[in-house]
Amino acid sequence: MTTTALSAIALETERTNRMTRRLQRISAAVRYLILAGVGLVMLYPLIWLIGASFKTNAEIFADPGFIPKEPTLNGYINGWKTSTPYTFATFFWNTFLIILPKTVGTAISATAVAYGFARFEFPFKKLFFATVIAILLLPNVVTRIPQYLLFRDLGWLDSFLPLWVPSALAGDAFFVFMLIQFLRAIPRDMEEAARVDGANTLQVLIFIVVPLLAPAIVSVCLFQIMWTMNDFLGPLIYISSVDKYPISLALKLSIDTTEAFDWNRILAMSVLALAPSLIIFFLAQKQFIEGISSGGVKG
Amino acid sequence: MGGDSKFLGLLYISPYVIGLLVFTAIPFVYSFYLSFTDYPLMTAPVWVGLDNYLELFTSDRTFRKSLSVTLVYVFTTVPLKLVFALFIAVILNYRLKMINFFRTAYYVPSILGGSVAVAVLWRYIFAKAGVVNMALGFFGMDPINWFGDPNYALFIITLLRVWQFGSAMIIFLAALQSVDKSLYESAAIDGANKWQTFRSITLPLITPVIFFNLIMQTVQAFQEFNGPYIITNGTGSPLKSTYLLPLYIYDEAFKKFDMGYASAIAWVMFFIIMVLTLVAFWSSRRWVYYAGDKRS
Repeated sequence: MTTTALSAIALETERTNRMTRRLQRISAAVRYLILAGVGLVMLYPLIWLIGASFKTNAEIFADPGFIPKEPTLNGYINGWKTSTPYTFATFFWNTFLIILPKTVGTAISATAVAYGFARFEFPFKKLFFATVIAILLLPNVVTRIPQYLLFRDLGWLDSFLPLWVPSALAGDAFFVFMLIQFLRAIPRDMEEAARVDGANTLQVLIFIVVPLLAPAIVSVCLFQIMWTMNDFLGPLIYISSVDKYPISLALKLSIDTTEAFDWNRILAMSVLALAPSLIIFFLAQKQFIEGISSGGVKG
Repeated sequence: MGGDSKFLGLLYISPYVIGLLVFTAIPFVYSFYLSFTDYPLMTAPVWVGLDNYLELFTSDRTFRKSLSVTLVYVFTTVPLKLVFALFIAVILNYRLKMINFFRTAYYVPSILGGSVAVAVLWRYIFAKAGVVNMALGFFGMDPINWFGDPNYALFIITLLRVWQFGSAMIIFLAALQSVDKSLYESAAIDGANKWQTFRSITLPLITPVIFFNLIMQTVQAFQEFNGPYIITNGTGSPLKSTYLLPLYIYDEAFKKFDMGYASAIAWVMFFIIMVLTLVAFWSSRRWVYYAGDKRS
């Protein structure tokens, strides 16, 4: 009697187990299906862009596929020459000239400031920290006009200084906040030991904190590079000579001058404009994902 | 660190303090002052009292249109983006083998989304003869004049931002992964189904992250500029249906050089964002759940 009951229960459990497993398999299949479908819809525009940049102008709006029927490099060749006296090489170089000092300045200033906030007590600390959060939430629109007037009075218009200097003074509160969060999670033992051995705070910062914080600093640099590459409004307001244009402005210029007839040119230059970001992202995706997961990022 | 001068910390944060004063605090106050002036850039600002604000709210129809477009944009984009990001994060939060691959693939648009090149791409795929209409044709539907029809144009700008849901999704996913697994087990023992578990365990535990995403996304959505500017050549066409406030501010400030009026618009926008943020913070006491250790 009991044995039959037990075996019935065992059979029942076996059956539910099998059902659960089947349900799990179906659930996993549904998940993969949704993920793949969404992924395809998400990435198709980019795939199409790359394919279409090798199409002839006649083909771009004639075929939804991304594989060009008569592949051509005309878009790249004509686009690279641009309708200005400069080639796209100039605009890439300008973008680089904006990014490099801005990123280095951000890394140094944000690290020092985060160190100050995370490791020291000083008057008005709470108030200053509150301003970091406030700037995080403050829409740039409010300060943009006076900043423009300030840079005009300083004679900085049509130079890269308005793009460099605020960042070099830890103006991107988000990065400061992110590094403070990282630093708070790092134990102080090593720093205290070094202090006991007679190191000063600057030595501690350079030889102990920076190496420990290195992954976070790399994340900060990567995000700053990406955002600067995408920045359009800053250069639009401050840069007026074409020879100083970064890629974002140059691309806008090429739309204005050639879009009516030469589509593949614009698509080809769009691909080139996106290429550095894509390459950096795929080389360093781990830092990006970890950067956002732990710091909480905008975008 | 004990024993150090009280001012050593201030020394380290001094770059920030200088930047704060010069590039944020003083400009912030100055722009408030400018909003009460007439300032055509070539001559000095002239105090006009409330004139700019009166004009905005009584006779400026462009402003009224731009404000309503902005509010519609923000209140559709932010919920759509967050719900979508959370939905995908929940699907990904499962022992899937390819989780890293999908996470990376979904994040790509967030990296590129703000760029001019992607806005250009949007113009092409939603063009009258573009890929989207070709796909509609495949299903036997009529092509839609996406950027010519005021009913659709703003939605396309919304889609551009929803497309960039990756970073919000990764923040959600990190929060989901830090939820204590034993809570799920006890819920399963109590006979809760998946939806009940999600509603009464997962959702409350990730409310701090929902709150964070909500605030950040709202503040950013109000400032959308690149997409509509590139896609509509700065016009906010058709019929100003994509003329978001940042476009209007840009035109007033840097095309008409009417700095006083532009500052007033900026301050109205700032005021709206501030009120919404305060409401969110105030209401958060009712719906955001802060456990002792909310997430690692």
